[in-house]
Amino acid sequence: MNLSVVLTAVLGLAALAYHFGRRRAFAVVSGRVRDLHSLPSYYGMHTALWCGVPALIVMSLWLAFEPSIMTNLVVERLPEAMRHVPESQLNLVINDIRNAVNGTMTGNDPAIREAADYYLQLRTVSHAAMAVVLFALCAAGGSWAWKRIAPDFRARNRVEKSMSVLLILCSMVAVFTTIGIVLSVLFESLRFFQQIPLTDFLFGLEWSPQTAMRADQVGASGAFGMIPLLTGTLLVSGIAMLVAVPLGLMSALYLSEYAPSRVRTFGKPLLEVLAGIPTVVYGFFAAITVAPFLRDLGASVGLQVASESALAAGAVMGIMIIPFVSSLSDDVINAVPQAMRDGSYALGATKSETIKNVVLPAALPGIVGSVLLAISRAIGETMIVVMAAGLSAKLTANPLEAVTTVTVQIVTLLVGDQEFDSPKTLAAFALGLVLFLITLVLNIIALHVVRKYREQYE
Amino acid sequence: MNQPNTLTRIEDPAMAEIQPQQAQPTFSATEPAPEGHRTVGKITVDNPKMSARDVNVYYGEKHAIKHVELDIGTNEVIALIGPSGCGKSTFLRTLNRMNDTIDICRVTGNISLDGQDIYDRRLDVVQLRARVGMVFQKPNPFPKSIFDNVAYGPKIHGMTSSRAELEDLVRWSLEKAGLWHEVKDRLEQPGTGLSGGQQQRLCIARAIAVSPEVILMDEPCSALDPIATAKIEELIDELRENYSIVIVTHSMQQAARVSQRTAYFHLGDLIEVGETEQIFTNPEHKLTEGYITGRFG
Ligand SMILES: Nc1ncnc2c1ncn2[C@@H]1O[C@H](COP(=O)(O)OP(=O)(O)O)[C@@H](O)[C@H]1O
Ligand SMILES: [Mg+2]
Repeated sequence: MNLSVVLTAVLGLAALAYHFGRRRAFAVVSGRVRDLHSLPSYYGMHTALWCGVPALIVMSLWLAFEPSIMTNLVVERLPEAMRHVPESQLNLVINDIRNAVNGTMTGNDPAIREAADYYLQLRTVSHAAMAVVLFALCAAGGSWAWKRIAPDFRARNRVEKSMSVLLILCSMVAVFTTIGIVLSVLFESLRFFQQIPLTDFLFGLEWSPQTAMRADQVGASGAFGMIPLLTGTLLVSGIAMLVAVPLGLMSALYLSEYAPSRVRTFGKPLLEVLAGIPTVVYGFFAAITVAPFLRDLGASVGLQVASESALAAGAVMGIMIIPFVSSLSDDVINAVPQAMRDGSYALGATKSETIKNVVLPAALPGIVGSVLLAISRAIGETMIVVMAAGLSAKLTANPLEAVTTVTVQIVTLLVGDQEFDSPKTLAAFALGLVLFLITLVLNIIALHVVRKYREQYE
Repeated sequence: MNQPNTLTRIEDPAMAEIQPQQAQPTFSATEPAPEGHRTVGKITVDNPKMSARDVNVYYGEKHAIKHVELDIGTNEVIALIGPSGCGKSTFLRTLNRMNDTIDICRVTGNISLDGQDIYDRRLDVVQLRARVGMVFQKPNPFPKSIFDNVAYGPKIHGMTSSRAELEDLVRWSLEKAGLWHEVKDRLEQPGTGLSGGQQQRLCIARAIAVSPEVILMDEPCSALDPIATAKIEELIDELRENYSIVIVTHSMQQAARVSQRTAYFHLGDLIEVGETEQIFTNPEHKLTEGYITGRFG
């Protein structure tokens, strides 16, 4: 039986269970709902949950274990010659069988054809069995819950409880995914550090991740010093912040303090549109428009500007980050109580004096927090720098030269065919770990600062 | 005031039903005074510091203050009373043009300070607010040190030429506000760390520091406990020697204790003005009487 049909049927049964549960709830008090502990719909939901949830759990477990069990069964039936081979070759065979099952077979080995047919046959049986088991479970669970419906049965409390369990499960997904990602990055990085010493990585001044495949290969230095990448990242992010902080802060001040409400209602969303532009668009804007413009401008005043410069990437990244700074700052500026401004105006202070002496100092922690969040965003930004900052890992502080960043190098290390155990590939994980730690620390500080600030006014 | 009477009425439900019929007022608390109402009592004083003539305030379409005429005497405390939303704060804020900060607010009529029109284009609102200071309902010290809170105004107006002079001025203001002895050892600590009553006196010190001639107070004690309130009331009485004070208050006892004249507002109309004594013992207007005796408001 088709899986989606089974799933729909289970859900349909749950819906039926809801209906019957509700009806019985009405029936047991002969329509006087006030005699029930909970509203009738809660009894319906309780019945539906008992009908649907166990079946769904069994279904997902079944589907999780089905392929490996069936593969084992299929392999046992393979001809002797195919079965007693090294593991890697056996995997190839299994792969072939899978392909045959999915109808994308390339070869035409009769043994494999036969194995695939057997697999399909097993699967049909398995699904049929599963459907029977599931429907039985639905019926059993649903009717058990249905029987328990009585005026003083606390259905509401049970439904509420299962709701909280559901919410906990959902939040667990996010938490465990994060933990999983961090752990996998961590372990891959540890493998990297077994090959390349940690100190070389952290303090090395040269980045040239071309490892030799053969001993006699030329031009493969294999240097993994991340300092040039770090300086490149800081240079580009620094330029971005030089653009974003003044522009973002000033526009936030204008919008929250000076703009008439009509301008504000239009201006704020308009500014936030900047955040909605895909970064790849910013990227080619930087590479195709801004970088050549800066190069020509430099040439006209006798400056040598690389056609992929840190300046171009940083400036465009700064534009992208403006809405982060402005909308967060706008929030914190608005959070400064009006009473504070009134106090200042009532002493005869002008608007700009009030902003300078009262509003900004009061909002400062929040503004600092928003800037920190923006920095961590800038450090992690990839697309713009991939397209506009270049690949040369030069240790330089000159914004007119091409630089490369941590994120760009991660991309280039992993693009294309890779061996997943060469230092070159593993270096990407180490870089990722560094990036993660930097942004994590920045975010923690920023959140801490922002929270401190909130407490001040609550 | 017949407080006991009010209490029995609340305790006795039977009475509560009868009472309104017995004392059917000519005016209702929720209806405005008839069109073209003229303020009862004497709106003028012999030596006015400020005077308002035919003042109207509109918030967009809403007519919040209607043809108000009132003098504020030199060295007098005048109390503005009336039910919530009747426009006391609005009127108070016209006196130092704080309404300028509200976009939709429009003021017509004439208000003068020492005979000079304060809504005159040539008048600098910065100067005006130095002369007419304000203290708000909720204490609103700046998140700065106690010293900087008081020094804020003088710095903005460039009133002192040396640090020593500024320190003297801060001390003088804090002494005037009766706060000096409590804070003299911690001038560098944040003003927001003081108690509510201390914060409010800090705000008064802050207002005094720019040597105003008039001080506007909008329910300055409504966020304070009785002891802090008593301190502020005492302070207001002392400040009267040097300043004119306009105080909005919800407490009739407070109005009776600190003010010489009282003005009763009702839904944008100035209903009655008079000596405080007379307003509380022998109000002329039905609405005033209704409010004073606690029949509504
Ligand atoms: N900023 C404002 N915008 C619009 N209407 C306002 C504003 N401030 C006050 N009002 C209205 O003006 C009237 C008078 O308010 P207010 O002066 O604050 O009264 P009071 O201080 O006597 O309680 C009220 O009806 C209020 O709703
Ligand atoms: Mg008010």
